[in-house]
Amino acid sequence: MSYVLIIGAKSDIAKELARVYAKNGYNLYLAARNSDSLNDLVNDIKIRSNVDVQIKEFDIVKFETHQNFYDSLETKPLGVIVTAGYMAEQKECEKEWNKTLNTINVNYLGIISILNIVSNDMEKNKNGFIIGVSSVAGDRGRKANYIYGSSKAAFSAYLSGLRNRLYESKVQVLTVKPGFVNTKMTKDLDLPAKLTIEPEDIALDIYNAQQKGKDILYTKGIWRLIMLIIKHIPEFIFKKMSI
Amino acid sequence: MSLNSWGMYPLIKNKKIMFQKKEDLKNKLQESNIYIPFGNGRSYGDSALNKNIIYCKPYNYLLNFDESTGLLHCQAGIMLSEIIEIFVPKGWFLKITPGTKLITIGGAIASDVHGKNHHIEGCFSECVEEFSLMLANGEIKKCSKTNNAELFKATCGGMGLTGIILDAKISLKKINSQYIEQITIKTKNLKETFDAFEKYSNKPYSVAWIDCLAKDNEIGKCLLMVGDFENDGNLNFKSKKKLNIPFNFPSFALNKLSVKAFNWLYYRKAPNGVSKQKVDIDSFFYPLDAINNWNRIYGKAGFTQYQFILPKKTSFEGLTEILKEISNSGKGSFLAVLKLYGKENDNYLSFPIEGYSLALDFKIEKGLFELLDKLDQIVLKYNGKIYLTKDVRVSKETFEKGYPNIEKFRNLRKEYGMDKKFQSLQSLRVGI
Repeated sequence: MSYVLIIGAKSDIAKELARVYAKNGYNLYLAARNSDSLNDLVNDIKIRSNVDVQIKEFDIVKFETHQNFYDSLETKPLGVIVTAGYMAEQKECEKEWNKTLNTINVNYLGIISILNIVSNDMEKNKNGFIIGVSSVAGDRGRKANYIYGSSKAAFSAYLSGLRNRLYESKVQVLTVKPGFVNTKMTKDLDLPAKLTIEPEDIALDIYNAQQKGKDILYTKGIWRLIMLIIKHIPEFIFKKMSI
Repeated sequence: MSLNSWGMYPLIKNKKIMFQKKEDLKNKLQESNIYIPFGNGRSYGDSALNKNIIYCKPYNYLLNFDESTGLLHCQAGIMLSEIIEIFVPKGWFLKITPGTKLITIGGAIASDVHGKNHHIEGCFSECVEEFSLMLANGEIKKCSKTNNAELFKATCGGMGLTGIILDAKISLKKINSQYIEQITIKTKNLKETFDAFEKYSNKPYSVAWIDCLAKDNEIGKCLLMVGDFENDGNLNFKSKKKLNIPFNFPSFALNKLSVKAFNWLYYRKAPNGVSKQKVDIDSFFYPLDAINNWNRIYGKAGFTQYQFILPKKTSFEGLTEILKEISNSGKGSFLAVLKLYGKENDNYLSFPIEGYSLALDFKIEKGLFELLDKLDQIVLKYNGKIYLTKDVRVSKETFEKGYPNIEKFRNLRKEYGMDKKFQSLQSLRVGI
């Protein structure tokens, strides 16, 4: 059976995605930095499902290592899922260039670096799927988190272009735009329960959307409507708002 | 994000503590805050609510499974639903399961839950070989019936007030089918219901749905469902797609008339006398799980479940009196669940005693708590007790009368400094 490569495998969403894909018979490459901590997850998946799971050491901001990393994969993955992400406080990003740079490097440059390599291979094989977990925060820059938001906006635009390019090669590109997800990344935020989704539910949403060949997934779905409204607020009003 | 209990009452703002490693949790416990562990939020009332909750659900790795013995070692945040989904196709099922599979292993232990087979198999603690418990000072103790037995007895049924259950070894039971052979017995009154329970008490699973609005000589009429696993080798289990209740129903949706109509339909649906059906695991054990967010049908104000148990000797008389009181009040739920229980265990705060228990849902409304206070008095008169996992309003006095081991529990909490570290709204109310 085919392999799925999950990049940023230590995130809460990745953990559930790994379980869903394994349950449906896919073998897994779990790639992350300091990947030793993934041992428990590998053990968990092996008890649940009869698939091959391999841990791969991977640093998304070490761009120069990406080609070797991909070349080293014995069986090239049918699917690549990027859940890597970094969210620092907006205020901190404004003051500390390092945090801003890391946001851009993780959420955009690093991902593009590896996906360029992946997509060339998939284009050649005329087969495969790429899932990028972006964010609704990329739909419009807001003062509350525009550093993070703009990196996600760039990522979303990249995926949109990539989808356009790979359409003829029959390679699926799915952009996922989660709203609030109940994860360790958001544990200190005061999220409204009705707009918040659990990692296991979002993983199932993503799997179903990918299997159906979808292009863009808002999850929860209500976010499509919310962002539609937010995107259409005229700039001269929007700039005065705090949302 | 604030987490609510299943009854959506009371609603309080809380801060959620998440942890991935034991060390993270230990560090959290060193802080001066007071905590209560929280699983999947399916206890009905305030037993898992406080300002600071330790959110245990993401702590949910499977650690080991022995295919020859069926012993599963897992972290405590894993849900019963996952265990079922993973292990039924391998021919294993939970030895003891409550009427919802949407609870965590930690929650199952902390409530010492019981199921349709309590009269034969007892409470959830019967299938727990061992668990690790993090105490108030961050120390981890392995507890079983023989090792740290007093912590084991206090924690099973201890409502999360003895520490954080980290992982557990539970034994699963072998099955050879995903189907249950169910027998439904329709009865006309409480006497017939009791006779039917006794007659079928050798069947491993049994539960009765009572029409709690029935009056006079129809009081206690029910559909009794008993069953056992088939033996057809079909283990091709898949969880069903769920219906969803997308929003809170308006408060007028649930009233005496709609409940009456529902009960009438439900009771009529089954053939008279005794009938047989082949049903799957989900329909037999977890009928309500098929509807997502079913708690919303009780409206925004929330609801509570009133569950009490009476000793066998006084059950008939006591239930007759209570059902009369409910029927006269006109309040009541779609269906009330009546269940026969076997011997009690020696855990300090476990609910079951040998006898009959009744569980009813009520939406929170004016006059409800007065009615429940009245019912409490009847329960006490007949030497019964109230189930903490469902409770949101019982008084300290009523609680204490039902739980004679409470002093032992309090002393143990003091001894380990748990009373200063783990508290819930419920524990404060009833003085645990």
